[in-house]
Amino acid sequence: MIKAVMVMNTQGKPRLAKFYDYEPVEKQQELIRSVFAALSSRAENVSNFVEADAIFGLDSRLVYKHYATLYFVFVFDSSENELAMLDLIQVFVETLDKCFKNVCELDIVFNYGKMQTILDEIVFGGQVLETSSAEVMKVVEEISSWKLPQMLSHLFPKLFLIGGAGSHYLPDCEEVKTNANSAFPFSYESVRVQL
Amino acid sequence: MGSQGGFGQSKEFLDLVKSIGEARSKSEEDRIILGEIETLKRRIVEPDIPKRKMKEYIIRLVYVEMLGHDASFGYIHAVKMTHDDSLLLKRTGYLAVTLFLNEDHDLIILIVNTIQKDLRSDNYLVVCAALNAVCRLINEETIPAVLPQVVELLGHAKEAVRKKAIMALHRFYQKSPASVLHLISNFRKTLCDKDPGVMGATLCPLFDLVTVDVKSHKDLVISFISILKQVAEKRLPKSYEYHQMPAPFIQIKLLKILALLGSGDKQASEQMYTVLGDIFKKSDTLINIGNAVLYECICCVSCIYPNPKLLDTAADAISKFLKSDHNLKYMGIDALGRLIKISPDIAEQHQLAVIDCLEDPDDTLKRKTFELLYKMTKSSNVEVIVNRMIDYMISINDNHYKTEIASRCVELAEQFAPSNHWFIQTMNKVFEHAGDLVNIKVAHNLMRLIAEGFGEDDDNADSQLRSSAVESYLRIIAEPKLPSVFLQVICWVLGEYGTADGKYSASYITGKLCDVAEAYSNDETVKAYAITALMKLYAYEIAAGRKVDILPECQSLIEELSASHSTDLQQRAYELQALIGLDARAVETVMPSDASCEDIEIDKSLSFLNHYVQESVEKGAQPYIPESERTGMLNTSSFRNEDHHEASMHGLRFEAYDLPKPVVPSKSPVTYTPSTELVPVPEPSYSREVHTSTAVPSISSSGSTELKLRLDGVQKKWGRPNYSSGSTSTSESSSQKTVNGVAQTESVSTSTSRAQATSSFDLKKPQVEISPEKQRLAASLFGGPSKTDKRPTSSSHKVVKSSSHTTERPPAAKPVDASEKSTPVQPPPDLLDLGEPTVTSSAPLIDPFKQLEGLLDQGENVSVPNHGAVNATKPPEIMSLYVEIAASGQSGGVVNPIPTNGDDLLSGLSGGSIKTAAPGGAAGSPSLSKGPSLKDSLEKDALVRQMGVTPTSQNPNLFKDLLG
Repeated sequence: MIKAVMVMNTQGKPRLAKFYDYEPVEKQQELIRSVFAALSSRAENVSNFVEADAIFGLDSRLVYKHYATLYFVFVFDSSENELAMLDLIQVFVETLDKCFKNVCELDIVFNYGKMQTILDEIVFGGQVLETSSAEVMKVVEEISSWKLPQMLSHLFPKLFLIGGAGSHYLPDCEEVKTNANSAFPFSYESVRVQL
Repeated sequence: MGSQGGFGQSKEFLDLVKSIGEARSKSEEDRIILGEIETLKRRIVEPDIPKRKMKEYIIRLVYVEMLGHDASFGYIHAVKMTHDDSLLLKRTGYLAVTLFLNEDHDLIILIVNTIQKDLRSDNYLVVCAALNAVCRLINEETIPAVLPQVVELLGHAKEAVRKKAIMALHRFYQKSPASVLHLISNFRKTLCDKDPGVMGATLCPLFDLVTVDVKSHKDLVISFISILKQVAEKRLPKSYEYHQMPAPFIQIKLLKILALLGSGDKQASEQMYTVLGDIFKKSDTLINIGNAVLYECICCVSCIYPNPKLLDTAADAISKFLKSDHNLKYMGIDALGRLIKISPDIAEQHQLAVIDCLEDPDDTLKRKTFELLYKMTKSSNVEVIVNRMIDYMISINDNHYKTEIASRCVELAEQFAPSNHWFIQTMNKVFEHAGDLVNIKVAHNLMRLIAEGFGEDDDNADSQLRSSAVESYLRIIAEPKLPSVFLQVICWVLGEYGTADGKYSASYITGKLCDVAEAYSNDETVKAYAITALMKLYAYEIAAGRKVDILPECQSLIEELSASHSTDLQQRAYELQALIGLDARAVETVMPSDASCEDIEIDKSLSFLNHYVQESVEKGAQPYIPESERTGMLNTSSFRNEDHHEASMHGLRFEAYDLPKPVVPSKSPVTYTPSTELVPVPEPSYSREVHTSTAVPSISSSGSTELKLRLDGVQKKWGRPNYSSGSTSTSESSSQKTVNGVAQTESVSTSTSRAQATSSFDLKKPQVEISPEKQRLAASLFGGPSKTDKRPTSSSHKVVKSSSHTTERPPAAKPVDASEKSTPVQPPPDLLDLGEPTVTSSAPLIDPFKQLEGLLDQGENVSVPNHGAVNATKPPEIMSLYVEIAASGQSGGVVNPIPTNGDDLLSGLSGGSIKTAAPGGAAGSPSLSKGPSLKDSLEKDALVRQMGVTPTSQNPNLFKDLLG
């Protein structure tokens, strides 16, 4: 499970701090400080991993990546793979870049909410949700473009229910259930055809 | 700067961010934020705030709290915002509350209702937002309120919703397994979801379930394998590919699950072999995520029932890792540590890479390597490894890791110590540098080991051990700021054995002890240990019939302590004074010399008082009625006892705890015994032991109780002192290593030439510095195992290998060899048997190591200019020579003295060792010529990764910090 995601700049100022288990504000600050201390003491051209047992308790690993003025940090336990987490950081940053067109630290500061939205589409409740930045972008765009349909739905609720952006195709509930009970092995190739 | 204008932030917010960015100090930043908080407090309660404005305020609150300030005044507004109809505002509200509130916060109750409503929403984005909040805000008590709806969402039309519903259920399971236990079958159902993403999400809870209980999920092995197979065969939709890898995150999760399921289960494991082999083949080692899958595969292979072929493949993969960048090296070392449990020989192949990692500037890598060394420690290499660990321990400041490494040192030393002397020295070092961090038990163990000796009958060795301990402690004792635990050990040992060998006079040692007590006057435990030690020393003196002259400083110490606030110290001081006044025979009985291991006999029934009791009864005194028989009698007499019982029943005591007390005849001594069982060498036992004896000088032999060192359950790990192994015999061990080296080269040669090229590129630099010392280190770390350890089969196997080499050698190499005939060609079997003294006599003839070093230096001079040209006469000769010598098992780790390109040469050598000498040089040069292009591509790759975006987008101003 992913325990925390942090973004901080090279001066140690937090730009994003998300803990998937609640930590009180003071503790958060302490963790951010210790992570920054650990990161800033590391030389360049070394590995992207830091053993974080001392900071986050037993069975904690930390993967970070340094981009320009920002550190992106993921903290997780042994149920995740370090290299994979490194790629997840990459996914996150790529998505931010797509979203803000050449993302810079300022974009992140001013679009805190949007960055959180993006992160929520990648990591959900401490588990990896999506690893394709294109898919994440789709959802994020859908959310931000929702303003207009939302207003429309207020005006014409009936109309919206039938053909809105939110409801494409409603399969029979029974169909889902029978599918769920079907025996292995199954193939994913057919899924595409069905849809 | 254009970007922020479009997002509708107000000028105010812009200015805030800007001024915080420009703040020079933390206090300035705090001042700005406190101002901001005041502003927000004022603004947020204004009537009729436009929603858009309110949203910004909430975000500003989040921002303030992220910077470490309390924003609780605004929580309620965030909660209000979750009620909003607009999706964006609702999301902002949810975002803020998930960041602000913990699951036990009072405001949660206001949100649960909203969440319930939103989970039923027609708009799936609202449902998703609610599910997101559910993960963070719902606790054990509120789970039932939303559980039915979340379960219902498992059948939602949108796969995104199904996915999140599963993850929310998983979260419930993490928070309170009992609450969703009846729903576990749902996970099995969703595993068959038609959407691969939903299936992938299901793997997370299943992983947790399997971790807890492997058995009940064995039936899923086939399903998991089938899924993994389909994924690996790219039968998933294209959108699930990541960098051309089919759903790597799903593969990783599946491999983790399979590792758990296949562990120790031959039948299940056999089903996995094929698909694992496939994944090994298909994983793209040029991209990060491919290596992630590969690493997971290695972990899986090392977990499940071993399969030789897969283990070989895994070993190959590891060797590639070890030759790559830092990240992969780290993974490689980690993987090596896993594989080593199954095939211990594998580390030998990678010894040089491991040593490189050990000396790497990267701390993470270094620590991982120490972990590996810890796992592969044996009695033959324990000295080198523990010394390395201690050196590292001294060099770091991180207390957490210091503690860990100190306890590892202690553990290894206790388990594998080759000699008593070494053990004492090692423990001294550990205590000196990390004494306050190690467990007190370690100190007790050490005292016990010194007291008991090492489980052998050889009293001589034991007393030698003690003298060496005493001597080293007397040396150390003067050093400033020793840890308390260490001082306790020192005081105890000096008291017990300080004068045992007659080398030091009692007054010398008592003087030292007084110095300690004075220097650490704040530490009562140390003082207690010191004064007890003094008492023992005086007692031994009196018992031996010598006159005791108490030094003035000792006298003043005793006086000081007898007026101490600590009753414990006071008692010890008085006991000491009482003891000095006794005659030699009594003292000897009270404080027998070197009797810490003897059982102390206690007469529980106090039979020696029988005579006195009888007399009193005859004189008309009331006979004693045991407590159990005293029914209806006045309770006052047993008040104390009852009180005590009640206290122990309820677990709460309101009166002060008992201090160590003299044995009062009316109270049974049983109350003491529990405490002695807890700690091996509890200091109260001394006072008690003294007390029982002083109060009751004639101990009868009936009904004895063990009151002192508890000896049962202590591992006797100590073998006979073994000096023959380790670094003392450098030439032997290094030559040993080369024998292994030959075995190693064979296996390396099978790896592809591409790998060699990579390695040559990566290792070029470090290789330059490889010194003979490193060689020796490698030898002592890795070479050891096969020589001293009880693996006669493997070592004899190697002998066969290397000797067969010698015979197979093509005649072409012979003449060169003849010129170097002076190098003694020792039959390999002898070398392996290092315990034998014969080797020591034969080895020093000529130091083959030195000789070869010179030889290879020469070789280097020639080969450097020749690298470009295909000149092959000279280097191959040297190489063939090397091969010859190495094969005959005489050279001391020659692989590395070649400063330019050791690994290259190594690979070349391996080629040469199989065929003729010529290919050795040939194999070397192509790998070099391959270098540049590979380097280019690697650099390019690194650059792309550095940029952090797709290679196509040109981003000169990427992440430019506008804030300075």
